[in-house]
Amino acid sequence: MSERVFLRTPWETLARQHVAVSFGMWVFLASEILLFAGLFGGYSIYRSLYPHGFLAAGRETDIVYGSVNTAILMTSSLTIAVAGRFARAGFGAAARRLLIATIALGLLFLVLKGFEYREDLEKHLFPGPDFPLAQKGAQLFFSLYWIMTGVHAIHVSCGLIAVGRLAFLSRRRVDWLWGSGSEEATALYWHLVDVIWIVLYPLLYLTGRSGHG
Amino acid sequence: MDRRAHNNELWVRPVLTWIALCILLALTCGLSYVPLGNGNLIVALAIAAMKASLVALVFMRLSEPNPLTRLAAAAGPIWIFIMFLFVGADYFTR
Amino acid sequence: MSATASLTAEAPNYLRDGSTLGSWLFTTDHKRIAILFAIGITIFFFIGGTAISIVRLELVTPAGDLVSDDTYNKLFTIHGIVMVWFFLVPSIPATFGNFLLPIMIGAKDLAFPRLNLLSWYLYIAGAAFTVITLIAGGVDTGWTFYTPYSTMFSNTAVLTAAAGVIVVGFSSVLTGVNFIATTHMLRAPGMTWFRLPLFVWGIYATSLVMVLATPVLAMTLLLVIAERWLDLPIFDPSRGGDPLLFQHLFWFYSHPAVYIMILPAMGVVSEIVACFARRRLFGYSFMVYCLVAIAVIGFFVWGHHMFVSGQSAYANLVFSFMSFMVAVPSAIKVFNWTATLYRGSISFDAPMLYAFGFLGLFTIGGLTGLFLATVPIDIHVTDTYFVIAHFHYIMVGGAVSAYFGGLHFWWPKITGRMYPGSWARFAAILMFFGFNFTFFPQFVMGYLGMPRRYHAYPPEFQVYHVLSSAGAAVLGVAYLLPLCYFAWSFFYGKRAPANPWQATGLEWQTSSPPPTGNFVAVPAVTDPYEYHPKEGPIDVQGQLL
Repeated sequence: MSERVFLRTPWETLARQHVAVSFGMWVFLASEILLFAGLFGGYSIYRSLYPHGFLAAGRETDIVYGSVNTAILMTSSLTIAVAGRFARAGFGAAARRLLIATIALGLLFLVLKGFEYREDLEKHLFPGPDFPLAQKGAQLFFSLYWIMTGVHAIHVSCGLIAVGRLAFLSRRRVDWLWGSGSEEATALYWHLVDVIWIVLYPLLYLTGRSGHG
Repeated sequence: MDRRAHNNELWVRPVLTWIALCILLALTCGLSYVPLGNGNLIVALAIAAMKASLVALVFMRLSEPNPLTRLAAAAGPIWIFIMFLFVGADYFTR
Repeated sequence: MSATASLTAEAPNYLRDGSTLGSWLFTTDHKRIAILFAIGITIFFFIGGTAISIVRLELVTPAGDLVSDDTYNKLFTIHGIVMVWFFLVPSIPATFGNFLLPIMIGAKDLAFPRLNLLSWYLYIAGAAFTVITLIAGGVDTGWTFYTPYSTMFSNTAVLTAAAGVIVVGFSSVLTGVNFIATTHMLRAPGMTWFRLPLFVWGIYATSLVMVLATPVLAMTLLLVIAERWLDLPIFDPSRGGDPLLFQHLFWFYSHPAVYIMILPAMGVVSEIVACFARRRLFGYSFMVYCLVAIAVIGFFVWGHHMFVSGQSAYANLVFSFMSFMVAVPSAIKVFNWTATLYRGSISFDAPMLYAFGFLGLFTIGGLTGLFLATVPIDIHVTDTYFVIAHFHYIMVGGAVSAYFGGLHFWWPKITGRMYPGSWARFAAILMFFGFNFTFFPQFVMGYLGMPRRYHAYPPEFQVYHVLSSAGAAVLGVAYLLPLCYFAWSFFYGKRAPANPWQATGLEWQTSSPPPTGNFVAVPAVTDPYEYHPKEGPIDVQGQLL
């Protein structure tokens, strides 16, 4: 397939376009990291102000859901990373199957998250009058829990749409995956979603497990 | 050897990385039940940093020499550090 | 087509390339998107201006007799929100940056043209939220959305206002990403980093700040929405929260935001001063380093907005010191612009008058910033009109002057028409006088104790308020005049040549207006600002002056 099909204004060569798309996505990822920065900052401050409340609250999150979801996201990172390498090497069909595996894993993440949220609500772990913990700061922990995981879930959803777009647009021409340059950018975004969760996991799921710190 | 190098780049390195990530996940999960006081948070964050670095270096290809992407990748963490430094300058001196 | 034919306005240009509504609303041409942004920000400039006109009318008398106190709060709030996020932040970057960045580096378009269009649609979506906020009765928290008032006690449309700002923030981020990628990846052969016009450097530095600071604002306002709408405790002191955390997170963005608003203006001023003094810019590399230094150090100073909020004394010390540091590169730039004028052959066209206005007014604004950075003085004048005067000297005296200067400099390039020079010079001078009459009395009354955001005030301040409101009326006329003669120029203005000001820079090597692809022939890249040989300006005999 001719390269010219993929070339967009204002680029002179496809190679340059690819480099620029990846670089542009990296710059955007910097902004995404800063988006979560405020949440990490708030968490750090409140944890240092209310250590007991945070430890007590941290024990109430479901470590099984959290750990399984971490494993799912890490695996989806693997599948999309290998998909990119396969696409680059010309194995378009295999790459596309790995993209679909990534989408399946991402959807599984969201489904499990949904079950986890339901369980959390049944335990009244949403700050309000029925909140079960009395320690100061416990409610703050859970405010941050809902917002951090909620915003992350929105990012997972956007990532799924982006990966879905790749799978959809390449359904008739698998070599489109390599030619367009957007595969690498989409994969970078998906990896960032994984990295954010890797940082969220200890903050939200491993706090207070040992009974102390 | 050409075939092996080809496979290495194609899927072996990513799979090995994934195995390392799983081991680190098990480690951090297990260590969280060991009473280490303040050490629990430090250990957990250290392991998280290792996992994040593995994803960034291997999956996101930061290990390939490209100064521009490395600069863009570094900007986020550096600016988070700036935020923590100056916000901390208030909270930890009150 | 011959070279001369391509330089006339009858030649195909981007304005004539499709005249349907769709060709404008679905364009990916950076020049058309720039115009779309220009229309948006002009409308919002006058919305923000109308709000503050009512405020200044109210303040003519000491009693609160024109509008109720609630309405008054809503008026200054919408003035701030509109002017900051829907006028100043996008003003120079999204109009001149969009239009000129690719041309100045010799490219056909921005790196991601469709992303550029998305930026505009996000701006419109944010604007829609703001209009909904107005229809819903407005918001009264101040543009700063301080908690716990915004999260727990205000009865106004805080949610839609915050949502609008979040959405328009993403417009900013995407524009920043686009500009950074463009500058790195699309420079023409020979256009090295240190041959870039300072306008490009200014836009680049601004983009760095946009990308790194704006997301923090988005998250902070999201937290406000979460606390207000879902009753999640975050900043509520009664449930362990800290309102000061809001202020830290808010100002982490909002201080760098003021550099988003001034760095492009500085870039514009460099272009104008060099051209109308016929001089190479003095100290080009230091001008570059200073732009980047301001962008970076600007992230270390935000606590100077919180000296009396309850921050620790140690934090006050750190932020005060860093605020002094950030003044140094700004001062270096003022010295360099001034040095550029030395031995120059200065012509007082409208763009230059605006640039002169910038130099004086920005300097006053900057110096008063040092007073405010000094904690003992700030304790006395914080939350008074002194602060208002300070930031208006920089934002209006500085950034808006530069915006108008740029408008008058590049109007022929963008529209292919000349405007009446005498009216333009008159408007520039009127603006300078109107501005000073409006805002200088505010320094005095702030120092004497007049608080900001007050609807009624003690009678001893009335003389200053009357002066200020009278000045504002003059300023309003000075802003309306360009609207009139620019509109006139569309139909009756002389057709502009490719380079009416005999300026250097790649944008002047193409036709006015440019063709859709920006250049017909590959432009020749040289050192920037080659207004005379490196050794110095020369006279008509070719002798060094």
